[in-house]
Amino acid sequence: MAMSSAVAIDPSGAKPKPLFAPGRVLIYSLLIVTSIYYLVPLYVMIITSLKDLDQIREGNIFIPTLKPSFDAWVKAWSQACTGLNCTGLAPGFWNSVFITVPSVIVSIAVASISGYSLAMWPFKLAEWCFTILLVGSFIPYQVFLYPLVIITREMGIYSTLYAVIFVHTVFGLPILTLLFRNYFASLPNELFKAARVDGAGYWRIFFRVLAPMSLPIFTVAVILQVTGIWNDFLFGVIYAGPTNYPMTVQLNNIVNSLQGVKEYNVEMAATILTGLVPLTIYFLSGKYFVRGIAAGAVKG
Amino acid sequence: MHSVSVKNVSLNFGAASVLKNMNLDVEEGEFIVLLGPSGCGKSTLLNCLAGLLELSEGQIFIKGKNVTWVEPSERGIGMVFQSYALYPQMTVRGNLSFGLKIAGLPKDEVDRRVARAAEILQIGPLLDRKPGALSGGQRQRVAIGRALVRDVDVFLFDEPLSNLDAKLRSELRVEIKRLHTRLNNTMVYVTHDQIEALTLADRIAVMKGGVIQQLADPQTIYNKPSNLFVAGFIGSPSMNFLSGKTIEGGRAFQFGDTRIDLAGYDGGAVLERDQAILGVRPEHISVSHEAPSGPSIPAVVEIDENLGADSLVWLMCGTKEICVRVPVEGRLPAGTQVHLALDIHKASLFDAKTEQRI
Repeated sequence: MAMSSAVAIDPSGAKPKPLFAPGRVLIYSLLIVTSIYYLVPLYVMIITSLKDLDQIREGNIFIPTLKPSFDAWVKAWSQACTGLNCTGLAPGFWNSVFITVPSVIVSIAVASISGYSLAMWPFKLAEWCFTILLVGSFIPYQVFLYPLVIITREMGIYSTLYAVIFVHTVFGLPILTLLFRNYFASLPNELFKAARVDGAGYWRIFFRVLAPMSLPIFTVAVILQVTGIWNDFLFGVIYAGPTNYPMTVQLNNIVNSLQGVKEYNVEMAATILTGLVPLTIYFLSGKYFVRGIAAGAVKG
Repeated sequence: MHSVSVKNVSLNFGAASVLKNMNLDVEEGEFIVLLGPSGCGKSTLLNCLAGLLELSEGQIFIKGKNVTWVEPSERGIGMVFQSYALYPQMTVRGNLSFGLKIAGLPKDEVDRRVARAAEILQIGPLLDRKPGALSGGQRQRVAIGRALVRDVDVFLFDEPLSNLDAKLRSELRVEIKRLHTRLNNTMVYVTHDQIEALTLADRIAVMKGGVIQQLADPQTIYNKPSNLFVAGFIGSPSMNFLSGKTIEGGRAFQFGDTRIDLAGYDGGAVLERDQAILGVRPEHISVSHEAPSGPSIPAVVEIDENLGADSLVWLMCGTKEICVRVPVEGRLPAGTQVHLALDIHKASLFDAKTEQRI
């Protein structure tokens, strides 16, 4: 060191704050309170579902049981009664699966291709289509309930699983198409041009060039659709018909059943079982979900 | 037969007219540069040539064939984009062979062409990497390679070097020139960088407002700009423009109180004009401390910028700022009184009303 001067020079800028600065304390306490607010009900549900009815009657809802048992879960899945049917949630679960899987696949397939057309292949009425879709995503569902009853009846599918699948697919389209349109519009246009110079046509550009780059937005669409359709109650009640009720409707029927003893443990177990699918999806894909929402939002 | 022919092409986006009745003929093997500021329509014209934009009017011929309504891939063109536009999920090999596979070429032919392009552009070791693992310069090589494998007659470049840093840009510029010498394809090259235009082009088309202002070889563009816009756009620093009038039946130019003799002017009939502009490039003015024997303009030194090879001297001549490029020896301190002599033979005279060169 050629510099012989021993004068200490303070580094410029503020010193990093310690972990327990007042601002930090405020933020963390707020976050902790919010987490408790959301987690306590879940906690109560889980421990209640593991108790038997005698333990529940003791009234200590926050204290976990020493003898946990999964009897209530088994009962909720396969024996719980709705009216005279004592089949549990299992049939409802499978109904929900049969409703969700095709609705998700068809709506995403149609919406991704429509969004791609709107973003990449400008045609004369594209602006109009865009406006209609925009309006479509904001119209309240209730307006369409009765017309769709008539439409599905005329199609001969009313009171079947197909009716619910049809309605979910149609209602998913506007918002999903906008989502895909915005995402594709945010991709570099030169990529699309390069593919055209390479001789790729409408479908090949979509499947070979753009779709492989669009994993985030497809993930978002799957999450939105799976959780939305799985959690749906209204369409299931109206269009499916009593033998095809999805899981949510059956859950409601079990919980609101007025006969016999109120089996809190079974009801809690049934509720958790119903919520398990969306919960799993969120846990597995939360990262992609946030990324995709941001990606779609960059350009309008 | 022209390699590329643009006939009466117009393009409108709604009410905005982007290309106005454009005509352009490109010779076989010619390197033509479309040069102009942003929004002048140069990239639009290139996209029209590629078939990526539909014309409002007019026709485009490539190798004598009317391709106005032909798909981009069928036009016999290869295109290189500013943002490289490589397919991110494919390897370099996949990027190069994508179009060939679509065209249904047999596998050994695809391999042969990819190998040749890789050899020419020296990207052999990169063939199995994805674009994300390449540097900017390497990506642009691959993008050029994608045009190369198509074995086409016409290459279209859309500002291919604009995303690269200065050093890489000059390296790849030389490489593109070398490529042209080797392949002798027709190349249409869009840029807003006049150095690229002057170094690469056989002919430059300077564009503004959807109209070609001048189409000529780089020397002519530089020395005899056809109008004020071209004169001001080409050259850095810009040409000095002196406003005045021509007197004595066109034998002299009056700038303020100074009479500048126009003997030796290389242009048309000067005549007497009330409003004229004399344009002189910085390197065509000489500075001397004593008044030379001939007519000269007195000026005061403001700033002397040393550029290494030479220096730029900014002077005030009355209220008019003038830039002169001089050899670096003998620096001129600010405030020095000097005399400027203009090289009239290399100057350009413009009519101030029509803005055209006289």
